[in-house]
Amino acid sequence: MTATNPNGKDNTAKLSKDEVLRYSRHLIMPEVSMEGQLKLKQAKVLLIGAGGLGSPLGLYLAAAGVGKLGIVDFDVVDFTNLQRQILHSTADVGRPKLDSARDRLSGMNPHIEIVPHETALTSANALDLFRDYDIIADGTDNFPTRYLVNDACVLLGKPNVYGSIFRFEGQASVFATKDGPCYRCLYPEPPPPGLVPSCAEGGVLGILPGLIGVIQATEVVKLILGKGQPLIGRLLLVDALEMKFRELKLRKNPDCPICGKNRTIHALIDYDQFCGIHPEPAPASGYSDWEIEPAELKLKMDRKEDFVLVDVREPHEAEICTIPGARLIPKGQVPERMHELNSADEFVIHCKSGKRSAEIVDFLRKAGFRKVKNLRGGILAWSDQVDSSVPKY
Amino acid sequence: MGVKVIIPTPLRQYTGKSDSVLVEGRTVEEVLGNLMSLYGDLRKHLYGQDGRLRSFVNIYRNDEDIRYLEREKTALKETDVVSIVPSIAGGSGTLP
Repeated sequence: MTATNPNGKDNTAKLSKDEVLRYSRHLIMPEVSMEGQLKLKQAKVLLIGAGGLGSPLGLYLAAAGVGKLGIVDFDVVDFTNLQRQILHSTADVGRPKLDSARDRLSGMNPHIEIVPHETALTSANALDLFRDYDIIADGTDNFPTRYLVNDACVLLGKPNVYGSIFRFEGQASVFATKDGPCYRCLYPEPPPPGLVPSCAEGGVLGILPGLIGVIQATEVVKLILGKGQPLIGRLLLVDALEMKFRELKLRKNPDCPICGKNRTIHALIDYDQFCGIHPEPAPASGYSDWEIEPAELKLKMDRKEDFVLVDVREPHEAEICTIPGARLIPKGQVPERMHELNSADEFVIHCKSGKRSAEIVDFLRKAGFRKVKNLRGGILAWSDQVDSSVPKY
Repeated sequence: MGVKVIIPTPLRQYTGKSDSVLVEGRTVEEVLGNLMSLYGDLRKHLYGQDGRLRSFVNIYRNDEDIRYLEREKTALKETDVVSIVPSIAGGSGTLP
């Protein structure tokens, strides 16, 4: 399929004068030349995610002149994104990422077509969405979507240019080509939820998705041009702190359930279930006896009531902000340090947003503590409702 | 002396922050076993309750996946490097 302009002429068969000038540094290189630039113009690439990895992918592929760039994202720009998601700027906070991406990318290159897909990627829409594109670049941030993207790419026969990051380490490869491995060949099963922390919990070096995203963009361009050696059957491991690049061999698993000889998967599945993620029960309309609101906690402090406030976050989080009077016992240490707590005392447990502390309240209750409550919403809610001078993070 | 085992970032909290450890052993099984003896907390992250290596963690001898060699029986020389490579997904997640 080629793009046509309103008078029905195919405009991907040649470059306009403006495009020739714009891409001159590509055109004078034998590895690209006019033939390669036209391939780029005719290419259709879908980016899954307009965040950390999607930003450099979008920017470089738009700059390179990829004729049709689809982007899938339903998220809104947040202040915490700006440390690494270079597609967006401060003025975009609160806007849908797709709007911000479309403005930035069309500003950079008005000759390309940017197709926003403001939707969550699901088993119900992935195959239809992917069909119109030649190459998929996976910039997602969770395991269920990675498996979904992989499976859809294998089923449709479209290459999946993969990149993933964690703190200061990254991985990159090209999956789902005809003779190459797919993501399931490398990792047949996902880790159980909660075992591998996300960026919000583990943090991430801002430049890292830049490094990996540009590697992905490079692989996309190479696949389009048919030049160089793509990362098919190779897993590139990057350690940004050591600035070491290692390469591991990836083989196509002959027993792979989706791309192997005796495949058992022929359709997309429920990926949340596959990854062990169960839908969260709806929160209770009132709050339970085991929770306390920030305002109530403040009252207890003002009345100098006798209780112990325990902070179960990590030490580096406590360096960012604290609630006065809190005792720090990181969540992982609670079991071995329980003897420091008197089960007859009254406790309020807090963390960042109220989830880790809820688990600790549960744990202590099971251990026989009767007067223990969870600070609903954590220190974030404390900042919102009691003391706005406490920085949120 | 020993074989160098590269510890991936998510597991460094269990090895006293070391990014690599020298471990004795002539096979992957021996080296990983000795690594667990040194750092007991690693066990539940590398092995399931059935005693088998968890499938979202891959072990490499140099650049080859041990699944395509002799798995845990894969022989090791002292100049070999064992890499533990777990799956990662980064992102914002929804966990606390």
